[in-house]
Amino acid sequence: MTMSSRVRDRIDSFPTHQIEGYGVRAGRVAPMGATLVPNGVNFAVFSSSATAVSVVLYEIGETEPFVELLIPEDFRIGRVWAMTVFGLNYEQIEYGFRVDGPNDDRHRDRFDRTVVLSDPYAKVLAGRETWGQTPDPHRGYQHRARLTFDDFDWEGDRPLRLPADELVVYETHVRGFTRHPSAGVRNPGTYAGLIEKIPYLRKLGVTCVELLPIFEFDEFGNSRIDEVTGDRLLNYWGYNTVGFFAPKAGYAATGRFGMQGDEFKHLVRSLHSAGIEVLLDVVFNHTAEGNELGPTISFRGLDNSTYYMLTPEGYYYNFSGTGNTVNSNHPVVRDFVVSCLRYWASEYHIDGFRFDLAAIMDRDEHGVPLDNPPLIQALSSDPVLRDCKLVAEAWDAGGLYEVGSFPNYHRWAEWNGRYRDTLRRFLKGDDAVLGDLATRLSGSPDLYWSRGASASVNFLTCHDGFTLMDLFSYDDKHNEANGEHDNDGANDNNSWNCGVEGATDDPEINALRLRQVKNAVLLLLTSRGIPMLLSGDEVGRTQHGNNNVYCQDNELAWFDWSLTETNADLLEFVSNVISLRAEHPVLRALNHPNGIDPSDCGHPEVSWHGVRPWEPDWSPGSRLLGVMWCGHHLPDGAPDYVYVVANAHWEAHDVILPVPDDGWVWCLAADTSGGAVPAGDEGPLTDPFGYTVGPRSVVALVARPVTG
Amino acid sequence: MKIVKRQVGDVGVISLSGALDSDSAPEIQYRLSQLQPEYECLVIDFAKVTCVSSASLRMLVLIYRQARAAGHTVAVVGLTPEVSNVLDATGFLDFFIVAETVNDGVAMVRQRIEGRLADDHVVASA
Repeated sequence: MTMSSRVRDRIDSFPTHQIEGYGVRAGRVAPMGATLVPNGVNFAVFSSSATAVSVVLYEIGETEPFVELLIPEDFRIGRVWAMTVFGLNYEQIEYGFRVDGPNDDRHRDRFDRTVVLSDPYAKVLAGRETWGQTPDPHRGYQHRARLTFDDFDWEGDRPLRLPADELVVYETHVRGFTRHPSAGVRNPGTYAGLIEKIPYLRKLGVTCVELLPIFEFDEFGNSRIDEVTGDRLLNYWGYNTVGFFAPKAGYAATGRFGMQGDEFKHLVRSLHSAGIEVLLDVVFNHTAEGNELGPTISFRGLDNSTYYMLTPEGYYYNFSGTGNTVNSNHPVVRDFVVSCLRYWASEYHIDGFRFDLAAIMDRDEHGVPLDNPPLIQALSSDPVLRDCKLVAEAWDAGGLYEVGSFPNYHRWAEWNGRYRDTLRRFLKGDDAVLGDLATRLSGSPDLYWSRGASASVNFLTCHDGFTLMDLFSYDDKHNEANGEHDNDGANDNNSWNCGVEGATDDPEINALRLRQVKNAVLLLLTSRGIPMLLSGDEVGRTQHGNNNVYCQDNELAWFDWSLTETNADLLEFVSNVISLRAEHPVLRALNHPNGIDPSDCGHPEVSWHGVRPWEPDWSPGSRLLGVMWCGHHLPDGAPDYVYVVANAHWEAHDVILPVPDDGWVWCLAADTSGGAVPAGDEGPLTDPFGYTVGPRSVVALVARPVTG
Repeated sequence: MKIVKRQVGDVGVISLSGALDSDSAPEIQYRLSQLQPEYECLVIDFAKVTCVSSASLRMLVLIYRQARAAGHTVAVVGLTPEVSNVLDATGFLDFFIVAETVNDGVAMVRQRIEGRLADDHVVASA
């Protein structure tokens, strides 16, 4: 007797009842959702007040179900309805739930037995398997749950567990990265397309990709027609989750075959074998169901008042700015979120998560911020997630701003919005920024003094806002293409157009813009904390002043690969500066430096300088700051020196350099007025004691012992 | 769906023809798994397969896994560009020996067995 037949012969793998001609028996309450079991499929559905639950079964793609199986009241344990159904051709079916219950006057429950609900635990969702293909509005059941094996062959792959100091994060969009015709990949705009670009990422030197939402979403959610062009504006970014356990089918070349899970796993495995981690941007603050006028997809019809924060009148609190707010500190919802992330960490080998509008997860069911939010606590100490990076976007659309104060349990990092704002203000030449700049370059000890610099994800740009090139090409946003009369997107960008709004032929302005982009990259990569680059910034990508391309599934938002040639010089600069960071552990150390000399190298770990060494000018009108990093951080115990001079003044300055150590000389690593060399190729300065730092330029030097 | 079996030297060649969908896949799967132990080296010819579904793609993957577990060598030939693309995107193509024709497939399988190819995961793309 073989092992498999023994398993099949379990005495509970046979039906006890017949419903509509199908053999069934009382099911198991865990795991939730639909699970393949010997000879059958187990369905488990939670609802705190449903009075009836049916399993609705369809042949793949059919509008009408072939059968509905009402789960007997006897099969309910607590508030979980559980039933095992035998004899289903699991590869040929799609399933949903029909749930009935009371509808009280105050709209706390919104049961609707006319709607077939999607399983919130579905691992594969059909219905949007080809990106942008207009859905059939007459098909009642839109987001159709399917069964899957989850039996990918990982070939020994494990999450990489890179130490925080080795991270250089690259934020990108699966579709936008390779959808542009210039990408030249076999499957544009897909997980498979991204695999073909891994050599590019390796050459660039990034060690982690952070993907905009890849949980199944509806690109047609809130879509509309552009009044000017007549084109349909899709939800391109995907911050409107439909299925939290299902990878976006429309991002898979194989979505039509339902193989998106395998394709995405192939991407993760391929990135890992290139030494690159995968962070997912996850959106647990709201769902695609919108407010009381939105569609009923799953949660609303299963258990509205459990899953959503409701006002006393039964309307939806809107701390997310998108219509509803997930009630994430409810114990049931908390378990849902935790089990979801456990699934992605274990089944998909995901290395970490960035939580969209994470401050919402600190609120109780009435929206009041909690000191010890149960969800955050649970995620922080979860055994499966223990090695995952957890990154908070520590604010929400309801005005809760927790940068530096997000409840962190020594586990969480944050998108450091203060870093972004300070660096932008310094680079555009604002007065009185130097003190704050020094704090940001040091890993923001004012915000993260108890947590170290690894809590600070430093960035100047992300998907939300201007690209780096646009930051220095536009004073104001230009979002007309979004069809909201330019009312959407942030108004406070700390941007500067360098003299002319938008594209120009003026070579001086273009040179200045390019220099400003390099200034930003060099300061970012020489700051303590975890640097994050926005995909495309390394080649000067523009969105023509649009700072909110959430609905632009077109060349405005896609990565134009011809820029890797047009702006090859910038690309090389960025790659070299990443190598500078990699080679100099003194830049990557995760402690906050102070004025002492912990490694006894003769200088403080960090010291501040002006045009004269040891004389920083902190006065409000000063726009030049030198920072010398020093420490015995190299593997052989040798001293590691890096000197960075940032000049946001519109004039050049002759800077006298601090002396690193007897017998050591400064060598040029990068000058944004010129270029950068690969780490290790730095040559000594012509004048060992001084350097002319150009107008609005940043210079990085490394020290080496004199040879010969 | 038809299965034709023949032998080229010590290599078994199985030619499939007709629609390979979820209705026919279990039967094909069963018959292949019966045939598989007979041959240490197997070439499966898909050139006459008309319609391919996700079920049949899974079947290919299962064949691979069974062969790998038994230490056997399997080559697939005659894949359409679409099937090749799906297997490539999901990473399964890396596991197979892929050739354009039966003769190429037989030759490559022999080469593999004779140890001329040291690397377990060499793929000649179709």
